[in-house]
Amino acid sequence: MSTTGKVTGIVSNLVTVAVDGPVAENELCYITLGGSRLLAEVIKVNGDKASVQVFESTRGLKNGDNVEFLGKMLEVTLGPGLLSGIYDGLQNNLTTMEGVFLKRGEYTDPLDHAASWEFTPIAKPGDKVVAADWLGEVKEGWLPHKIMVPFSFAGEYTVKEVAPAGNYTIDKTIAVLTNADGEDVPVTMIQKWPVKVAVKGYREKPRPAKIMETGVRVIDSFNPIAEGGTGFIPGPFGCGKTVLQHAIAKQGDADVIVMAACGERANEVVEIFTEFPELIDPHTGRHLMERTTIICNTSNMPVAAREASVYTAMTICEYYRAMGLKCLLLADSTSRWAQALREMSNRMEELPGQDAFPVDLSAIISNFYARAGMVVLNNGQTGAVTFIGTVSPAGGNLKEPVTESTKKAARCFYALEQSRADQKRYPAVNPIDSYSKYLEYPEIQEYLDTTIQKGWVDKVLKAKNIVRRGREMADQINILGDDGVPMSYHEAFWKSELVDFAFLQQDAFDNIDALCPMERQKYMLDCILDICERSFEFENFEECRTFFKDLINTLRQMNYTEFQSPKFHEYEQKLKIQLS
Amino acid sequence: MATKAFQRTYTQLQAITKATVTLNAKGVSNDELATVGGKLAQVVKTKGDSVTLQVFSGTEGIPTNAEVSFQGAPPTLRVSDQLAGRFFNAYGHPIDGGADIEGEEREIGGPSVNPYKRRQPSQLIPTGIAGIDLNNTLVSGQKIPFFADPDQPYNQVMADVALRADVDKIILGGMGLSNDDYLFFRHSFEAAGALDKIISFVNTTEEPPVERLLIPDMALTAAEYFAADKNEKVLVLLTDMTLYADALSIVSNRMDQIPSKDSMPGSLYSDLAKIYEKAVQLPSGGSITIIAVTTLNDGDITHAIPDNTGYITEGQLFLRADPDTGKVIVDPFRSLSRLKQLVQGKQTREDHSQVMNAGVRLYADAQNAKTKLENGFDLSDYDLRCLDYAKEYAVRLLSIDVNITVEQMLDTAWEIFAKYFSPAETGIKQALVDKYWKAS
Repeated sequence: MSTTGKVTGIVSNLVTVAVDGPVAENELCYITLGGSRLLAEVIKVNGDKASVQVFESTRGLKNGDNVEFLGKMLEVTLGPGLLSGIYDGLQNNLTTMEGVFLKRGEYTDPLDHAASWEFTPIAKPGDKVVAADWLGEVKEGWLPHKIMVPFSFAGEYTVKEVAPAGNYTIDKTIAVLTNADGEDVPVTMIQKWPVKVAVKGYREKPRPAKIMETGVRVIDSFNPIAEGGTGFIPGPFGCGKTVLQHAIAKQGDADVIVMAACGERANEVVEIFTEFPELIDPHTGRHLMERTTIICNTSNMPVAAREASVYTAMTICEYYRAMGLKCLLLADSTSRWAQALREMSNRMEELPGQDAFPVDLSAIISNFYARAGMVVLNNGQTGAVTFIGTVSPAGGNLKEPVTESTKKAARCFYALEQSRADQKRYPAVNPIDSYSKYLEYPEIQEYLDTTIQKGWVDKVLKAKNIVRRGREMADQINILGDDGVPMSYHEAFWKSELVDFAFLQQDAFDNIDALCPMERQKYMLDCILDICERSFEFENFEECRTFFKDLINTLRQMNYTEFQSPKFHEYEQKLKIQLS
Repeated sequence: MATKAFQRTYTQLQAITKATVTLNAKGVSNDELATVGGKLAQVVKTKGDSVTLQVFSGTEGIPTNAEVSFQGAPPTLRVSDQLAGRFFNAYGHPIDGGADIEGEEREIGGPSVNPYKRRQPSQLIPTGIAGIDLNNTLVSGQKIPFFADPDQPYNQVMADVALRADVDKIILGGMGLSNDDYLFFRHSFEAAGALDKIISFVNTTEEPPVERLLIPDMALTAAEYFAADKNEKVLVLLTDMTLYADALSIVSNRMDQIPSKDSMPGSLYSDLAKIYEKAVQLPSGGSITIIAVTTLNDGDITHAIPDNTGYITEGQLFLRADPDTGKVIVDPFRSLSRLKQLVQGKQTREDHSQVMNAGVRLYADAQNAKTKLENGFDLSDYDLRCLDYAKEYAVRLLSIDVNITVEQMLDTAWEIFAKYFSPAETGIKQALVDKYWKAS
């Protein structure tokens, strides 16, 4: 018999329940309110009192209302049909809900139970299998979607039978497995998994050894993110966080993209709904929406579900990773998730940490980032979850708990800077403060040496140094005046401006410049470094400025024209003349 | 408010703070309204039989034996077409001497719109002010605040914007308005002969601060009635959201919650987002646009209130006094409308975005020239022309007393460009220069 209870206290969405039996941490329960049931999760137990966070508004709830515990944690439903889905933080399908306004207590099924899928078996009767092994495959649009031994199955099973090739709905048994005790267990195309537990079922998790291309120069060349790597983008409002993240979502080299809109503006999600179905994925030529799943818990939706939304998104990524696919998870913004944790911790009257955030914030963030990564599956194939989160630091000050905790957990740091945004130098990623730890990985260096060119990392560091030196020179010029410094200062400053304007800045709204493949990045960086290595003679600083401004203009025109087109070569010729 | 059959009355208070009272009561539901010694209050916490109520008008004079009666329902507003042209207090009761409203009783602070059912905002809202229409174009369904120091005439600008905007209903939510400002709004609406499309919910500085917490929800419940039920274009004005946030911090403080940055409650972001996210373009054609005011402390946008607001709203309009011309201008650098590209050049002339960018860029050059001048460096001919340009640009376009059409703004900009610069110096696309350049 399942545990039941009665409401004994309410503060906003934190409800205390007196229980009559055993309850587990993170166990779900339904609170009955009039005709509807509100979903809630246990977050603390003290004696016979369980504190639960309700995923809905608690308006009208009374002490004495009935609570029914479900004996399970918050789960997602995994199966074919997740791609192109639009869900809320608890994986309710937003597209099948009735009415314009969200109704409290309305929960919709994430998957379509009527759709039929063309199934091809992979496993054979007699095969020994463990959790996450592939039993068969269906075509989910263009993507080979593996039907796996459910992640929750412990120990080894023997395949007793597998359904023959054919069309089946997701609830149909497609295999029967026999466990060690000789019991038969049927398997369908769907399985459930608790979101707060990392999906295992792989052989090992090696260090990432490849770069995930995004087509954004300041990321791919200067601070590359690895496939299966982690990164974060902090920045004050108005610095282009969302534009940068949307660019990565559009151009990132991944099979599956999950976007978690966590506590952000609803109109930004509307932009994705409106634009993505129109846009084409540059890697496959298919509509972007075909590889995208959106988990949408905007800022006005219930706070507790905001916390759940990032976990829901991560679990979906891990599911696709187990099929040997490359997944990219983008969460905007993890600060809102941390704030949701703060609100609950506050209501539970826990002793606060810095800025009233819970003291274990840092541990929670690290645990979450640790779920990303590249894995080698049991069958030797690889899959990856790359995770990039945005952070919205209060007042744009990076010395706050969420940014600091995330910095410890993520390997790439893309610092968006107000002053660059003010000068319209987009993407406003600070070239000096930002970093990618992956550039220091020998595996990655070797990868770059073979796929781009030998000594690529040294080139990147050289370019970074030019920018750093240019900043120092700019400070000197500002203090001493244009005439108060030697000509070499001006030259060094303008060389850094050349790298900045022609390489680091990129127009996310230009059809050609928005996406810069690695080959083109290499070409442009070579070209720019070649200029920077030359030394020039100038009469005065005005001449120096004009000379470099003209070079910048030509290089930018090259960025705006199709690579290696006649027009591109024309500008190249022009550049040669300018330099001679 | 009507007495209901199941009303329950208690007379034994356990604890009283400045904003809350606590007593033992049974069968109380969360968010329910009650009266405490005749004052309106709302349930904010229950723990066993102990119930904490937030008393909107403050607890002054409430004795421990005050009569507490629970009303069994959260705050509501009666909605119907009769709302138009009326003035109400924070409880939705008329303060203009008129009759009570008849209509459907709706709970305030209702559920949010399913994000999947929203439409992308796409209708231009012209205001006549070039600092807004030209540089930071507003779109229906947008939410945007004015960031202004308390000495800026933000209420006047907002009244102008409201009266010029092409909308079906204007709903004013006044929080902590001075009595003078309240009368100012009232008189300007009357003088414009627009009273029949205006609905006001007003809490003045003479009234208790905690009452303000009801104002945005009241105003937005009325807005949702007209936008969702009547498919109308509704503009909601909220002034001043800083005072609203201050009231939030008072209540959370009295409830012994741990404050986060700037002594604001940890839930400030969610509290503000719940209000601002009511801005919406509905599939049926109705829309809610929110223009708010957030007063700043000496231009400090890193304070928790403007900072959280900036992360929620779709841009901000920054008012400041321009010392060179003596005008109050819409700051072209710090202001931003995130939705402007949805209408610029689509519902306005093709040259809009190029003219906007050129105008702001040249104004930025003027600022650099000014810095050079202040640092004692020599000015070039270009610098001098920039400085002259900046003055004319500020007076004729950035100033808030401008009232012209978008077309006139563009023409004015071209005229000023031609007066001080060559076409190449503006950096505008050649095709547009050929078509619009006004040779002087």
